[in-house]
Amino acid sequence: MADAWKSLTALGHDTARTVTVGPYRITERDDVALASVALRRGQDQAFAAAAAKAGVPLPPPLQSASGTPYGAFWVTPDMWFVTAPFASHEDIVAHLKPVFGAAASITEQTDAWVCFDLSGPALTAWMERLCNVDLAVVPDGYATRTMMDHLGVYLLKQGADAVRLFGPRSSAQSLLHALEVAAASLA
Amino acid sequence: MIIPHPILGPRDAQEFVYLGDASLIDRPDGMTAGIEVFHDYLYNRDNPAGLHRELWYHEQGDRSWLVVTRDTVTHEIVSAELARDVARARGRSK
Amino acid sequence: MSQSHRIAGGQIDRSTTLRFSFDGASYAGHPGDTLASALLANGVRLMGRSFKYHRPRGPLSAGSEEPNALVHLRSGARQEPNTRATVAELFDGLTATSQNAWPSLRFDAMAINDRLSSFFTAGFYYKTFMWPAAFWEKVYEPIIRRAAGLGALTREDDPDSYDKAFAHCDLLVIGAGPAGLMAALTAGRAGVRVILADEDFRMGGRLNAEVLTIGGQAGGDWAAGVVAELASLPNVRLMARTTVVGAFDAGIYAAVERVSDHLPVPLPGKPRQTLWRIYSKRAIVAAGATERPIAFENNDRPGIMLAGALRAYANRWGVAVGDRVAIFTNNDDGLRSAADLTAKGVQVVAVIDSRTDGPLLPGIRHLRGAQVIDSTGRLGLSGITVRLATGQTETIACTALGVSGGWNPNINIHSHHRARPEWRADIAAFVPGQGGPAGLIAAGAAAGHLSTYGALAGGHVQALAVLESLGITATAGDLPKAEDAPLNLSPLWHVPHGKGRAWIDQQNDVTVKDVKLAQQENFTSVEHLKRYTTLGMATDQGKTGNVIGIAVMAELTGRAIPETGTTIYRPPYTPVAMGALAGRSRGKEFKPFRLTPSHKWASEQGAIFVEVGNWLRTQWVPKPGETTWRESVDREVLATRRSVGICDVTTLGKIDIQGTDAAAFLDKVYCNTFSTLAVGKCRYGLMLREDGMVFDDGTTARLAEHEYVMTTTTANAVTVFRHLEYCRQVLWPDMDVQIISTTEAWAQYSVAGPNARKLLEKVVDQDISDAAFPYMGAGSVTLGGLRGRLFRISFSGELAYEVAVPARYGDALMRRLMAAGAEFDAVVYGTEALGVMRIEKGHVAGGELNGQSSALNMGLGKMVSKKKDSIGMVLSQREGMTRADGYRLVGVKPADPKGVLQAGSHFLEVGAPVELASDGGWLTSKVYSPHLGCDIALGYLKAGDQKIGRRMRAVNFLTGTDTLVDIVSPHFFDPDGERFRG
Repeated sequence: MADAWKSLTALGHDTARTVTVGPYRITERDDVALASVALRRGQDQAFAAAAAKAGVPLPPPLQSASGTPYGAFWVTPDMWFVTAPFASHEDIVAHLKPVFGAAASITEQTDAWVCFDLSGPALTAWMERLCNVDLAVVPDGYATRTMMDHLGVYLLKQGADAVRLFGPRSSAQSLLHALEVAAASLA
Repeated sequence: MIIPHPILGPRDAQEFVYLGDASLIDRPDGMTAGIEVFHDYLYNRDNPAGLHRELWYHEQGDRSWLVVTRDTVTHEIVSAELARDVARARGRSK
Repeated sequence: MSQSHRIAGGQIDRSTTLRFSFDGASYAGHPGDTLASALLANGVRLMGRSFKYHRPRGPLSAGSEEPNALVHLRSGARQEPNTRATVAELFDGLTATSQNAWPSLRFDAMAINDRLSSFFTAGFYYKTFMWPAAFWEKVYEPIIRRAAGLGALTREDDPDSYDKAFAHCDLLVIGAGPAGLMAALTAGRAGVRVILADEDFRMGGRLNAEVLTIGGQAGGDWAAGVVAELASLPNVRLMARTTVVGAFDAGIYAAVERVSDHLPVPLPGKPRQTLWRIYSKRAIVAAGATERPIAFENNDRPGIMLAGALRAYANRWGVAVGDRVAIFTNNDDGLRSAADLTAKGVQVVAVIDSRTDGPLLPGIRHLRGAQVIDSTGRLGLSGITVRLATGQTETIACTALGVSGGWNPNINIHSHHRARPEWRADIAAFVPGQGGPAGLIAAGAAAGHLSTYGALAGGHVQALAVLESLGITATAGDLPKAEDAPLNLSPLWHVPHGKGRAWIDQQNDVTVKDVKLAQQENFTSVEHLKRYTTLGMATDQGKTGNVIGIAVMAELTGRAIPETGTTIYRPPYTPVAMGALAGRSRGKEFKPFRLTPSHKWASEQGAIFVEVGNWLRTQWVPKPGETTWRESVDREVLATRRSVGICDVTTLGKIDIQGTDAAAFLDKVYCNTFSTLAVGKCRYGLMLREDGMVFDDGTTARLAEHEYVMTTTTANAVTVFRHLEYCRQVLWPDMDVQIISTTEAWAQYSVAGPNARKLLEKVVDQDISDAAFPYMGAGSVTLGGLRGRLFRISFSGELAYEVAVPARYGDALMRRLMAAGAEFDAVVYGTEALGVMRIEKGHVAGGELNGQSSALNMGLGKMVSKKKDSIGMVLSQREGMTRADGYRLVGVKPADPKGVLQAGSHFLEVGAPVELASDGGWLTSKVYSPHLGCDIALGYLKAGDQKIGRRMRAVNFLTGTDTLVDIVSPHFFDPDGERFRG
């Protein structure tokens, strides 16, 4: 529908790129659609049933869950951020509203955030230069809000050598710079 | 300083924003209470040397407002509760 | 110069020679040396001049407690002042220079202060330079600052970077001497996460400086073996060159890692230092003990040092500080120094033992019951005068004197939360007392266990206690054999003799006399003593001097030491570079930037950006030929009012508010009513604080029955969101309201001007005629199939819309709008033009939303609905805030159209005296209006609504201007709003 519209990634590129610093890789992901899905008061049963039916996971605090097409992580009591492939779910709210009806408040969040996938050995050493998350100890699937270089960032641990970040889109370049500097100090 | 978040466990106080005395929860009703009552509510505070209940906001976290009980003499943080639960227990609703 | 004072042994790598220079002279040293050990190896004892008297000084110690040997390390922009030569790790090419001496270290003109010392006693400055008061800042202080002081700053930017990092552990062990190593080993073997941090570049602590054996091994070898085992454990992290500088609440410790200080230049990408924030469940401070001197006359000459330091230089660094060495002690540890030096082949000419019953060392002249009473040697020690037990005096030639007055446990970290230490008479020292940071315990010498075995046992036992408290059972192991000798100390703090000066605190030039003077003038409390004499201040924080100062005061006042007072410390343990505290937050990296979706496009246009919070917003966009910013801004304003202009307003805060109580919620947080707003419409909202002052403003649109989108000012986006969370969680917890920020999700542009609709009709798919999309309309639209939002709102006073699309399409939308606007000569306008147009319309913004102004002040008093309860409603009705003669928003024009207005000017009646009583208010914001052809401004004026049409003065003391102005309505332009309704 919006084929004629050219998009820019949060970093200002035509297409998402990967930055490599030594053994560390920072990949911008512009193919993740994101929405906040919040429980409306008193709608607990309808909300849970709708989520279960549509396959929207509702992980508990400090956790993320992945699935097809929907993944999710907990952000605040009674609210989750739900992810889906951008190609199929660009207007993610239009997909989710029929699912939840009046049981949820749903808001598009895709372009509010820049998404970075980080990979490389010893991610703990990298992340401890940026935030206070005890990455060595938390399990895979851990999700939390944390601070990196003054920026509020959601951090999702996806494996021993894989972390996904959602940072404020307008500060994508500043966040990337912080990631690069920290990686360079280890490389 | 570490705040024992009731949902998220121990969190660095750097992630929080401090507001003040938890008595702010007991906001009078503007349609019935007059200026004097509101004035007392907004400006008059106890200043205890010891346990103090206060409002903290987990801004760089899950956005929960907490009621933190802190000893102003030792800095020890005795407990932290969701402010929403405290407010409901004190009879606040809509 | 050759390494004339180098002797055999030591933990230095003699296979490699490092070249370095001090005050321009070249020297050689080896890896493993410190600057001090290398200079001493080259026969250099004189390393600095004292703070006040410019006395020649050499190192007193071999560690971080050093008060004297402070140098400028490195040169150029990397020069660092007040660096302790005793801990500066030698590297090839190191350059250092002395500080606080002119023209040279050997001949220092300011040494005249030493001759005038009777004038420079404690309190001298306060008493002498009191009058006239005006002279203090302009005359006295600059002279004193030049004469007294430490190192100098380069005044150049530090070319290196600093970093911050976070670490987590179950147990933090502070100090890697025998106690720390044993504690780390015990806990590490039990499998808990351990961080072992030590300020030295070689772990082992005093073991590196001793010839003691542990379990039959040399102490240094034992330490190396333990370090190797710890390094092999995945749950143990070793942090050498890392000083734990402070204990904070809940087991958080700050530590500075000197990543690159031992290198000429940091490796690429590496910081010079890293400030660690360590989260620990438990901590053991095993920071050892610091030897203290004994005060006697002229006890500060280069060559006089702590006995343990003299021994450390010999044992660890293979350096004999002097060819003829004497020892002055009041305890058995001093005898160990004599024995070690003798074993190293250094001639020990005498041991002066103040005790009468100390054990005798074979083969050494041991003078029991004797005291050193004076010394000689202009730039370095040449001899000492000894008062023998018989009362006779004897002069002994020597070039080094080791002094031991006992050992002070390093209670520093333990006292960071103001825990008072306890006095232990058997070692005549303070040990950690009750309290202290939760989860922290002391072990080894830091806890007062001064023997090697005591340290090993203490570390082991305390680690077991930590493990038990963490719920881990570990059994006590067999400890290796080690010496366990008592100190046998007989207190001696200073040697009473004559009228000369005996130094207590060498860094601050505080002598026994100064303490006496303080006592005479009744500054007898320890805190007063410190402030009066400066005892214990500056870079060493009194590590060697404080306890002696208290002891002398105790003696003078006839009290016991614990009655006199205690000494506690504040962070940091050792000085911390400002760069380390700043970390990466320097220059352009001070804070993150926020860029709008049109930033790339605007950069291509040559836009000038302005920082608004963290945002970079287009301020104006110069065109070729425009030479001043005013030309550009005037053009942007006129073109917008004439045809159409486009402005990026993405930075305004946007908050999505949903839920069945969303309408009721907005009625609470706004002073005006939103529940009556129709779906598809928006309304200007005014948000008050509970005290009735205006907090924020913006338009809020109702997109559906239970769905609103609120806009906030750019500046308050974060605080309004915080406030809304407060309202919905704390004040009205049962309201069905969900909120989420969408500020960054949407690129939003204002399209303003008579041709705004015509332009947008080319871009928006739906009918946006005035009938279909009237003033204050709001809703979802599509733009060439793309989902978007359209709001018909106007800040500029023109027919105007704000159009939004998902942020990734923001760049494309800006290009599309400009292309569609080409036929209308559309311009892009920045924040300056925005400011001009909003002031022409009398809209309030930053200058008026100052946190001290009410709705009434702003001329918006009628917006506060009293039919419903909203935040701030009640208190906005307070007497002081509703007075008829209170401030009101007015417009201001210069009486002479060429007149210049200035924000911050105060309003006075014509002819009124320029004094506070005449103050009528102030001018909040001003611009040049190209439309009106003159400066215009907004301001708050007392009873301003009754003074429209009056001529007044705008007086500005800062710029010395006094301008006649006319008070007018704040609505300068299109007061009836015909244009935006068009």
